[in-house]
Order: sequence, then structure tokens, then C-alpha cells
Amino acid sequence: MSDIALSRPVPVTTEPTFARMALIGLAVVFVALFLFAPLVTVFAEALAEGWCGVIAALTLPDARAAIGMTLTIAAIAVPLNAVFGIAAAWAIAKFDFRGKAFLITLIDLPFSVSPVVAGLMLVLLFGANSTLGAWLIANDMRIVFAFPGILLATLFVTFPFVARELIPVMIEQGKAEEEAALTLGASGWRTFLTVTLPNIRWALLYGVLLCNARAMGEFGAVAVISGKIRGQTATMPTMVEMFYNEYLSVAAFSLAAVLAMLALLTLLLKSLLEWRHADLLAATRRH
Amino acid sequence: MKAGLLRSPSPLPGFGLSFGIMMTMLSIVVLLPIAALLGRGLMIGPGALWDMVNSDRIWAALSLSFRAALIASFFNLVFGLMLAWVLVRYRFWGRRFIDAAVDLPFALPTAVAGIALTALYAPNGVFGQALAPLGLRVAYTEIGIWVALVFIGQPFVVRTVQPVIEELDPDLEEVSATLGARRLHTLRRVILPTLTPALLTGFALALARSVGEYGSVIFIAGNIPGATEIAPLLIVIRLEEYNCDAAAAIGITMLVISFAMLLAINAIQIWSRRRIGLV
Repeated sequence: MSDIALSRPVPVTTEPTFARMALIGLAVVFVALFLFAPLVTVFAEALAEGWCGVIAALTLPDARAAIGMTLTIAAIAVPLNAVFGIAAAWAIAKFDFRGKAFLITLIDLPFSVSPVVAGLMLVLLFGANSTLGAWLIANDMRIVFAFPGILLATLFVTFPFVARELIPVMIEQGKAEEEAALTLGASGWRTFLTVTLPNIRWALLYGVLLCNARAMGEFGAVAVISGKIRGQTATMPTMVEMFYNEYLSVAAFSLAAVLAMLALLTLLLKSLLEWRHADLLAATRRH
Repeated sequence: MKAGLLRSPSPLPGFGLSFGIMMTMLSIVVLLPIAALLGRGLMIGPGALWDMVNSDRIWAALSLSFRAALIASFFNLVFGLMLAWVLVRYRFWGRRFIDAAVDLPFALPTAVAGIALTALYAPNGVFGQALAPLGLRVAYTEIGIWVALVFIGQPFVVRTVQPVIEELDPDLEEVSATLGARRLHTLRRVILPTLTPALLTGFALALARSVGEYGSVIFIAGNIPGATEIAPLLIVIRLEEYNCDAAAAIGITMLVISFAMLLAINAIQIWSRRRIGLV
């Protein structure tokens, strides 16, 4: 077999060698210029004054408060998103009802709405000059320029992540296994915990990973709804902007470098999941 | 499915609970805010809405946002196809590394990308200094906006086209070659039409994302009204002036134009699927 392969001329189903080399070269240059260069810049600018500068920047009270805020938001938004994703996938994949396609469109909608418009929507809904907003303020409940607003904005922009990962996986797996478990006498919850959850765990993890990255990194929607109050409602990305606009370059890039490290960790875990469990992730992964 | 029955019977439990959680969260997080925006639009009324949007500054911002998004998405369409092809079809050292790196714009917060690109392309930055002798200024011009949008829209085309290339039937290419087609001819007339629907999907996703992009653009754009001021920034400015109605008017206009654009792309997609006989 290998003799035949060796004696054969260049296969007809690939490009000539020079074309292949040129395309690979172009791809590498593109990725280096457009992706790696910005990433390297973040770390280079953060280290412009050495490690001391980074440590000094990250221990600033404003930076510490922003890191705390971002971690808190992600710790609440991501589990809520996962619960929604599992519920939505269970309802959509395991049952037949009308209007499913429309429902999936609605779940995907936040991907086509500008984050700034998402923030605007929340301001219009809960702001002081709306009926609901006026009532909430009269009852001493603040949503705009406060924690609940940031949480809602984060939930909006991350809304489809877990659901769109789980829905295709659960549709592909069908419901035969769950039906068998129920027939054998397992309760609904037990069926879910011991049959469904193990089947979807890697896809769930994948969705949670992407959701977390976006939750920690969201800028536009949070910038609009949070009012960017230092030490109170500023998150890491909005604090990066404020430091940058005050020409505190090292502080801005140090905080940005922490976010970039998180992004790299996300990419690493995501790649590991894709290599190890490609078969258990959605076949129609779009992003 | 019985007529009049909304849901066909199933032995599985938990429909009420899961459907309830889904609809509650969907309503609170997505539907209510959208209703608030559209409701505000109705309260203002179409005439007043038009008057609010109809100013040179707003039209300049809107046309800049859509023009830059189109240019960047076309660029990403070409390079995305190339990247996807190289990653699926060729084996070379560092391929997996590049494959993983493609998703960087999804993982890296937009504000981080924004300040990094600005530092690179600013007149005293590494790329800025290299491009200056060519008379090319990127930061604080419209080209800077293109660069930022190319960055954030880059993975969409790659990730939609990649699985389709993986599943291409090699027989088709062999048949085409046996029938005497040259490689370039096969690529253009056999492979490209098969990839067109996926390419359009990726283009539409990149476009939708780029039109509304804010974080990565505002740092590099310079934000000069009428020249490098994008529509989302104008919404932020109006909100900071507590002019919610004007902000809502721009927001609604953006939603309407985006929706029309996605509909058009959807129509082209259906047409191209029919043409290659997928439907």
C-alpha cells in the first residue's frame, strides 16, 4: 500500500505544494499579526515597570474592589445561566411542543443585540423615568447603577451560551435512556442525576466555560448599566477603561493582563475538552 | 400530534418545571428588556422617533457602524475561509496551537483587546511606528475601527465553515478531477458552492457582532463626532446626558437595520442552499 502511495504523483484532491505552503504561511502571519500581537502587547505593557508595577497596580483599592465585583458577578450569573441552560435543553430536547424553533430564536437573540443596546434596554426598564423604575426607587430598591443591574446585564449577554451547547447534544442523545430508567422504577430526579447529567456533563462544562469567560469580560452592557462607580459598581473590564483614560497605563494593562490570563486558561481548558471529548460535545458547534 | 394539543404526550417528567424555569428566565432577562425598548419607541411615536434620529451626527455614526462592520466581515469572510481550509486540510507544525488561538477573540474581554490594539497601532506603538513611513495611520482613524472589528469577528467564519470542510465528501473532488477539472476549477465550482451557506452564516454572525461592538472599538477609534464615532458610543453619550428617548431612538434604529440585514442574508442563504440542492 505504501509503495503505491509513494509511487503515485501528487494526489488530485489537494493543492500544489507551493500553494499549500503559501496558504499555511499566510494563515500563520494572519494569526500572528491579528491575534498574537495584541495578546503579547497586553503583557508587555503590564510589565513596562516590572513586576513591582503589576503588584502595586493590582493591590490598589479600586482594582481589588473591581476584581471582587467581577468574581461575585460571575459566581452568581454562571450558575443561574447553567440552570437556565439545563432547563431549556430538557424542555426543548425531551418534549414535543409547538413553537420550538421560535423559542430557540428567542434564546439566541442576545447574540444579535449590541451589548450597549442591552444595557440601554435595562436602563429603560428599570431607570428612574420608567413606571417600574420609579416604583422600585420609591421602595428603596436600586437596579440601575447597582449590583442587580450588572447581574441582569451579564445574564443577558451570556444568556444563550449553555443552552445552545446542550440543546443539540440532548436532541442527539434522544430520550430512550431516560425512558428505560423510568421504566425500571427510577424517580424523575434520579433519572436526571444518574442518566442525563453524566451524558451531558462535558457539553455542560464547555458551555459554562464560555459563559464564564464572557461573564467576566463583558464591557459594553455593564458599562451602561453600572454607572462605573469606583469601588462600588466597577467591574474589572470597566476599571481597565477608567485606568486607561486616566493615563494609568500600567494599572490598566495589569488588570487587563489578569483578564488575558483568564482568557488563556479558558482557551486551554476548552481545547482540552475538544480534544478529549469531541464526541460528547455538540456536533454542530458554532461558537 | 393531536390537533389543538400544544404538547404531545411523553412519559418523561419535569416538563412543567423545566419549561417554567426557561420561560421565567427568558421573560425576565430577555423579553422584558426588549419590550421596554420597543415600548419606549411606541410611546415616543414613529414621527418623533424619526425626528430624533434624523440628524447628520447620528446618520454618520450609523453609516460608520454598518460600513465598518461590512468591510471587516468581508475581510473575515476571506481570511476565515482560508484559515478554516488550512486548519482542516493541511498538517503542519503548530496547527493545533493556531486552531486553539482562533478562539482568542471569544475569550479575551473586548476592553482588553481594545487597549491592546490601541497600544500597538498608536503613533508610538510597534505597528504604528512601522506603518508611519508608509503614510498609514491606523489608530484614531476609521482603519483602526476596521482592525478592531476584524479582531473580534475573526472566529465566526472559521468556526462555522470548519465543520463543513471536515465533512466534505472526498469523492466529489476525485470525480471532478477525473472528469478533467483543474484543481482551481474544482475549488471554485465544486467546493465553494457547498461551503456558501456556512460562509454566509459565519458572515452574518460576524456582521451582527461587529455592528454592535463597543468595547474593542472605542479606544482605537478616536471618537470624533461625524468621523470616527460609532452608533453604540452615541447611545452611551445620550444616556450619560440622561436623554433616554434619544438613546432609545438610536437603539431601535440599530435593531431595525440589523434585523433587515440578517433577513437579507437569510434569504441569500436559502437561495444558495436551493441552488446546490440541499433543500
